[in-house]
Parts: sequence; structure tokens; C-alpha cells
Amino acid sequence: MADATPPHPLEQGLTELIGLARLGTPGGNIGLAVLLTLLVVVNAVLLPGQFATFGTLQSMMFQLPELGMLALAMVIALISGGLNLAIIATANQCALLMAYTLKALAPASASGSMIALAIVAALIAGLLLALAIGLITGFLVANMGVHPILVTLGTMSVINGISIYLTRGTVIAGIPEPFLVIGNGVVLGIPVPFLILVATATLVAFVLSRTPFGVAVFMIGSNLEAARYAAIDTKRVLIGVYTLSSVLCFLAACLMLARFNSASAGYAESYLLITILAAVLGGIDPFGGFGRISGLMLALAVLQVISSSFNLLGLSQHLTLAIWGLTLIAVMGFKAAIAPLTRLLVKPTRKDAPS
Amino acid sequence: MPEFTQRFGTEHWLAIVIVILAGFWSLLTPWFLTLPNMVDILETYSVTTILALGVFVVLVAGGIDISFAATASVAQYAAAYAAAEAGWPAIFAIPLGLVIGTALGLLNAALIYHLRITSIIVTIATQSVYFALLMWWTGGKLIPVLPDWWSDRIVFFQAEAADGSLIRITLPIVVAAAAALATWLLMSWTAAGRQLYCMGGNAEAARRLGISIGRMHYLAYGFLGFMAGLAGLLQAHRVGQAVPNAMVGQELNVVAAAVLGGASLSGGVGSVGGVLLGLALLAILQNGLNLLGWSSYFFPIVIGLVILISTSITGLANRPGRRPARTAGVAHG
Repeated sequence: MADATPPHPLEQGLTELIGLARLGTPGGNIGLAVLLTLLVVVNAVLLPGQFATFGTLQSMMFQLPELGMLALAMVIALISGGLNLAIIATANQCALLMAYTLKALAPASASGSMIALAIVAALIAGLLLALAIGLITGFLVANMGVHPILVTLGTMSVINGISIYLTRGTVIAGIPEPFLVIGNGVVLGIPVPFLILVATATLVAFVLSRTPFGVAVFMIGSNLEAARYAAIDTKRVLIGVYTLSSVLCFLAACLMLARFNSASAGYAESYLLITILAAVLGGIDPFGGFGRISGLMLALAVLQVISSSFNLLGLSQHLTLAIWGLTLIAVMGFKAAIAPLTRLLVKPTRKDAPS
Repeated sequence: MPEFTQRFGTEHWLAIVIVILAGFWSLLTPWFLTLPNMVDILETYSVTTILALGVFVVLVAGGIDISFAATASVAQYAAAYAAAEAGWPAIFAIPLGLVIGTALGLLNAALIYHLRITSIIVTIATQSVYFALLMWWTGGKLIPVLPDWWSDRIVFFQAEAADGSLIRITLPIVVAAAAALATWLLMSWTAAGRQLYCMGGNAEAARRLGISIGRMHYLAYGFLGFMAGLAGLLQAHRVGQAVPNAMVGQELNVVAAAVLGGASLSGGVGSVGGVLLGLALLAILQNGLNLLGWSSYFFPIVIGLVILISTSITGLANRPGRRPARTAGVAHG
């Protein structure tokens, strides 16, 4: 009998919501794509023979993935209406554990098979650590009724503290050669870390937009209470969100370990706020519920193009950071400025809508 | 009224925990509960106290600010440059630092209010901009020697304890106390302060009551900017030099101290007394661990656990009446 009835209103609503989720913030991606094109053209003109080369493109593809992976870890928490301040701490601790495992199981004299075994063991150890951190963080966020900023501020402090306490702030260096392929290898001219990032981003985008879990994440992000009344097991979803975020940190840890050939509790600390900056630039609503992974990727590309061109122009990296900040303010300001215009252009559909 | 119970609950809990902890430490180390040690704690935490008070005002107003440490660094370096390199006297250099701090705070307010961008995003962006421009301009070089009027110790009161050690009430302690008093007067005894609470509780309701939301933004972020400038000047006074990156990186710990004292990230809640108690808890913890000879590497772990445990307790205690954090934030733009 139920088969014959037209689509349930709830189902229709869900379809609309999925549509919204796929749409993200209106105009965001187009604007960013225009900005990116503009930047590339201006740089190609300003830096003839330097910017628009395969070498520059390849070096950008090498530099982007670490920040990109960490930004993915931040974005999934942001979309759920939270925040994960512990991403850098988690990634560093995973990298430290993997480096330690590699060094312990595969000393310099180890044979090929021993190294292979050590790499597998290190990956498993890192993944397990990330899962444990993610499950605990998710449990605290889901059950304590405390804002995720505070929970992850606490976990960040604890994780960082443990890493620093155990290593005394030192660096673990000397990773076996085969592992470094993850960070430095090239397949058909495309750097391996970039391939890993693209594959991961595609997978995350798929999970967010095409699975029940993803839809639940968006719903929780726009209204936690409403999602609960809609019979979504919000606690389970939140635990899933922070576990997924932690696992993405583990992938970032693999990239960082292979790129830097070492691990430390203090690496990439400055990336924490930049991941949020990139996410918001990419049109992800900092209060949750809206955003697209493609927007994030465009934003990362914009930041990377700015960084690379400043590098080629011989300008300070500090100046790059300042321009990144100004870009975000400019883009947000632009969006704020055109919002009244779009409201004028798009007429309210309801008759009783307030003028 | 959940806010009311939460406010009282947090402060009472904190006071009880502090008393228990202090008793515990004094059993373990007799030096802990002496006047010289207490004064020492006050001096060590003076700069953090001033910053936390400023952050508290912004939190009450329903916002958050990440850029204050960068603001403090810019104000400190500009004043130090004027004083040490350009030879400005104190009566010009000190106001310069305070004016720069306030101006950067007002700039945050302008971006947040007029561009309708969320406070956390604006201040993450301006933190990057302020700090990066400072590092670019200075090349990371410190100003090693400050004029005497700046770096000389100023002692207001001096006494000798029973065991012969000195008790000195120095300038940082006095300034921090004055800052606490001023913040308390502003927030509890002026119409503007009550309006800040009102706006933090519900921005839309405040607007309909006729409160100027724009003016309140300028007040809250300008106040924090002023406090950041003050903290920057005082930090340079304590260490005797101006280091461009000395204060950046501790932002989240200061926010944590304010939140620990009962200020809510969703705004409208908190008291100066609570913030001071939150700071006292962190200070006493650190001091006790130091006296017991624990590794300083251990301290972040303890801070993290304290944040997790205390926020979890208040979070669990307030579950039935907890406010929808998100609506407050959205109404805030």
C-alpha cells in the first residue's frame, strides 16, 4: 500500500536538503573559480616563462597536499557544526608513532622484507592511534553537551602535551627509503601526494553528498535538535565525524612524515588557523550545515597560487600569510556586499513575505 | 533561568576546587601557601589576566577574538620601536601602544559588524594579517634594550616575610588589579556593560530593545584591543625587551581560561570574578606542579585535562536547560 503513495513529504524535504548540500553557498564556487583564473592569468603575465610552466605546477602539487588533507579534516568537523582544533596535534602524534615504529622495526641495516613489514606495522599503529583519538573526541563532543571548540581545545592540549612529554620536543628523523615515495614519488608527472589528496577528497565528497551518513552530517550541522527529532542518531554520527576527521589527520601524518623525512610535536602548527581560513574561503559555513569539498579545493588552489607566485617574486612568506588573510576578508566582504543585491534581484516567492 | 544557575554553579565549583587544590599543594610543599609565593603567582599571571579580562568582555558580547595576541605584539613592538629607536618619551610611547591596540580592536569590530562576517573568521584572518605584517616589517628581529623608564622595576609596596624573603607588589600586579576593577565596573555597573550582556544573550532582542548593536561591537572589541595593548606594554616591561613573536600562540589558552571561569562561547554569560577564579585555578595548578618539580613538559597535559573535565561537568550539569548555541551565533552574523 505504501508503494502506491507519492513520495513522502519527509523524503521530498530530504531530497531538497541534499540538493542544498550539493549546491553549497550560492555563487561561491563560481566566484572562486573566477578569482583563481584571474590569479593564474595575472601571474602568467607578470612572471613570463616562470609561472605558467610544468615545473611550477608540479611544485604546487607537491606543496598543497599536507595543508589540503588537514583542511579536509577540519572541514568535515565544520560541516557538522563543530570544529576540530586537535587536527595538527593528532597528525603530529600519528607521525611520531609511525616514525618511532619504523625506526624500531626497521633499523638502517634491515632487509627489504623487514622494511615492508615495518611500514605496514607503522601504518596500522598510526591508524589505530587516529581511530582511538577520534573515537574519544567524538564521544566527548556527542555526550558532554560542551561546544566542540572547548572539547578539542582540551584534547589538543592533552595530545600535544603527551607528544612533547614523550619526545622532549625532539625530532625523530631517518625514515626508510620506500616510505618516502608517499611524499616524493611521481606517477605520470603527477606527484603521489597530490594523487592521494585528490583520491581522498573525492571519497570524502562522495561520502558527504551521497551517503546517509553525509546527509546526517549536514543536517546536524544546520540544526542538531531538528536532526535528533528527525530520528537521526546524532551521537553516532558525531562520533563518526570526529573519527573520520582523525583518520584524515592520519593520512596527513603519512604525507608529512614522507615529505619531511621526520616527525616532531611542533610541525605545521601554523596550519591550524589556516585550515579554517581555507575552509571559509571555500564557502563552508563556519556554523555548519553548508559547504562543498570542491569549494575547499578551489580555495586551496587560490591560496597555493598566491603562495607560489609570491615565492617566485621573491617576497617574504610572512607577506603571503598577510595576503591570505586579506583575501579571506575581501572575499567575505564581497559576499556581504552582493547579498543585498541578490535579495533585490530574486523576488520573494510567497505573497505574504515581508518586503 | 539556566544562565543564572550556571553562573553560580561554575564559580562555586571553581572556588571549591581551588580550595581543595591549594590545601593539597600546601600539604605537599610548605612553600606553596606563603605570601611570597602567592605574590609571585600574581606577578607571573598579570599579563594573562589582562588579556583574559578583555577576551571575557568579547565573549559576553557573543563574539570571540583570536587576534588579541597579534594585536598585543603589534602594539608592543610599535611602542618599543618609538621609544627605543626613535627616542620617544614615555608620555607619547605608552599612549601610542594603547592607541594602536585599540585601533586594531576597532578594525575587527568594523569588519565583524559592517561586513557581517562571523567574529571567529574575521579574527583568524586579522590575526594572520597583523602578525604576518609585523613579522614582515620587523624581519623577526627583537628590540633587545628598552629605555629605563620602561624596563625598570616599579615597586609599590615592599615587605619582608618571616623567613627573610621579599614580598613586592610590583607594577604588573597593580595594573592587572586595576584592569580587573575597570572590567568589573564596566560590565556590572554601567548601562553599556549590561547592554553587552543583553546583546550576547540575544542580539536580535537587544536590537529591538533599542540597543545600538554597532556601538556595542566597537565597545567590546575596542576594549579588548586596549587591554591587548596594555598587556603588550606590560609584557615588555616584565622581560625588558620587545620580541615580535613572544605572545602569539597562546591565544587559545587565554580563551580557555576565560571559559573555564564560566564565560560561555555563546555569549551573555560570565563574570569578572569567575574569570579570575579560572585564572587562579590554572595558575595554582602550574605553580604547584613547578614547586613539586614536575617537568614543565607535563603542564599542557594537565591544562587539557582540566579544560575537558571542568567543561564536561558544567556541560553535563546544564544539559536540560542548555541554550541552542547556534542560534545565538547566527543572529550575531
